[in-house]
Amino acid sequence: MNKLILSVILAGLLAACASTPEQSPAKVEDRTPAAPITAEPAKSEPAPKVTAIERKPVVATPTPAAAANPLKDPGNILSKRSIFFEYDSDAVKDEYKPLITAHATYLKQNSSAKATIQGNTDERGSREYNLALGQRRADAVKQMMTLLGAPEAQLEAVSFGEEKPRATGKDDTSYAENRRDDIVYQGE
Amino acid sequence: MPNPIRTLLFCALLLIAASARAQLKIDIIGGGANQIPIAIAALKGENTLPQRITDIISADLIRSGLFKSVDAGGLPSVPSEPQEVQYPVWTARGADALMIGSVTALSGGQWDVRFRLLDVPKQQQLVAYNYQVSTEQLRTTAHQIADAIYEKLTGDPGVFSTRITYVVKRGARYELQVADADGFGAQPVLVSNEPIISPSWSPDGASIAYVSFQTKKPVVYIQSLTTTQRTVVANFKGSNSSPAWSPDGRRLAVVLTKDGSSQIYLVNADGSNLVRLTNSRAIDTEPNFSPDGQWIIFTSDRGGSPQIYRMPVNGGNAERLTFDGSYNVSPRYAPDGKSFVFIQRNGNRFNVALEDISTKQVQLLTDDGIDESPSFAPNGRIVLYASEVRGRGILAAVSSDGRVRQRFTVDIGDVREPAWGPIWKGH
Repeated sequence: MNKLILSVILAGLLAACASTPEQSPAKVEDRTPAAPITAEPAKSEPAPKVTAIERKPVVATPTPAAAANPLKDPGNILSKRSIFFEYDSDAVKDEYKPLITAHATYLKQNSSAKATIQGNTDERGSREYNLALGQRRADAVKQMMTLLGAPEAQLEAVSFGEEKPRATGKDDTSYAENRRDDIVYQGE
Repeated sequence: MPNPIRTLLFCALLLIAASARAQLKIDIIGGGANQIPIAIAALKGENTLPQRITDIISADLIRSGLFKSVDAGGLPSVPSEPQEVQYPVWTARGADALMIGSVTALSGGQWDVRFRLLDVPKQQQLVAYNYQVSTEQLRTTAHQIADAIYEKLTGDPGVFSTRITYVVKRGARYELQVADADGFGAQPVLVSNEPIISPSWSPDGASIAYVSFQTKKPVVYIQSLTTTQRTVVANFKGSNSSPAWSPDGRRLAVVLTKDGSSQIYLVNADGSNLVRLTNSRAIDTEPNFSPDGQWIIFTSDRGGSPQIYRMPVNGGNAERLTFDGSYNVSPRYAPDGKSFVFIQRNGNRFNVALEDISTKQVQLLTDDGIDESPSFAPNGRIVLYASEVRGRGILAAVSSDGRVRQRFTVDIGDVREPAWGPIWKGH
């Protein structure tokens, strides 16, 4: 009980203190870290061996009917990119099989196209364990696409874990939105 | 018998006063069982300094939960040498220990700082040092004095002059920061528009390994804190994450997915000589070296749920270490190698827990929140972790006996992924 009262008092004191203007703290010369690295993706980044993004756009094989990019055509199933999962599961539900088949076929027919499958999880639990769970979801879709004939060299499965949530709420709807794979083509 | 509430309130006020300028604010919850009563007399001459050294020393000691402050004011003359100490005064005030000393300006902007720690009942000197430092080094000197007092009176090394690292998220911007253990002097070492996770200090405190998503996938880097030079440790197809240093600083354990599921590999700090360590079809992640370098503890779901295992550093059979509950993750060895902290899910809560490796006995250190990423202070007495208050990420710390808790908050943004640096060996 005393602890509870104390916490309330402390919280009040801290709140009262929160308006104190900040000043720059004393620096200790020999321990001041050097200037920070600014990690802008386009700037001074060591060239990674596997590049998820390149500047040149993917040129889709033009069809006589429509020269439009089928990946961007809202009427084309290839414009659908997200596969959702149940809690603690990497099982791909049947409803996503047409979508996955379409992307596998597209990759087979467009040997210059490369796709990354990005696995995501909801925010509950360890960040590193969630990264591994997101990888498992990405691998599940990658494996299915490979079985459907997509060349492995054109595919990479990576995980964002819980780090890039699409929905930021702390409710079941948001969590469900974040248990997801996204298919992203190189150049997008 | 002193009123415990008043004592704590006094401590809290001291802390607030001392931390008003901190970027990370610290709030104490609870207190140790047997706090050592210590009187810290103002250093002769310190009122001319930009900040009083004794305020920093007091705040450090009180924050540990192992000390209580005895009033050192209201005397006709403040002692600065042993022969000036009137022991009956300090005995009457209930002090077991008394710190006295002085600060004197030297030429060239230098200061001579002297302190002595006295045993009041025995009327003896316990320890004494003097330092010649610049104005910029006075804060570090105060922490070093607090470390010396802590070590003399508790028998454990002090960690007040160590540093911590953590990630601050403000909107879409991520900053890996390094600050003193009391939250002062926070400096960004990496700024990115993509997430940064899993920072890990090299054993010499000169570099930090971390995972950055700035190339739209997780890649492991090592960055020097002095030169900002950065090297890629692991950037293979798939995800690269969870760096952990070997105690000699030569190798890292990392988690890669290039050969299938998340597996643990060893790699030299320059990225060469990659060796696969685990061979399961399950998730093996969050490796951490034992302090003697002989073992690696890690999280695996090979048994159906995530649990903590231990394996020899050169590979071989893994032994399961956790058995209670269906979610035990994020293990980190204590500095003495006899126990480890981890996160255990209990219902909707994620708690910091401590397990003794030989007896397998588990003690919950926290029981009320959503806690993540625990790591030990280098003296093994405090566990730093990430927590949540009203949906916002904060840092918190709990003493390894579970008695004292602290909260570190920043004014803006989410704080997460803390790691406590090694004891500074640069002086």
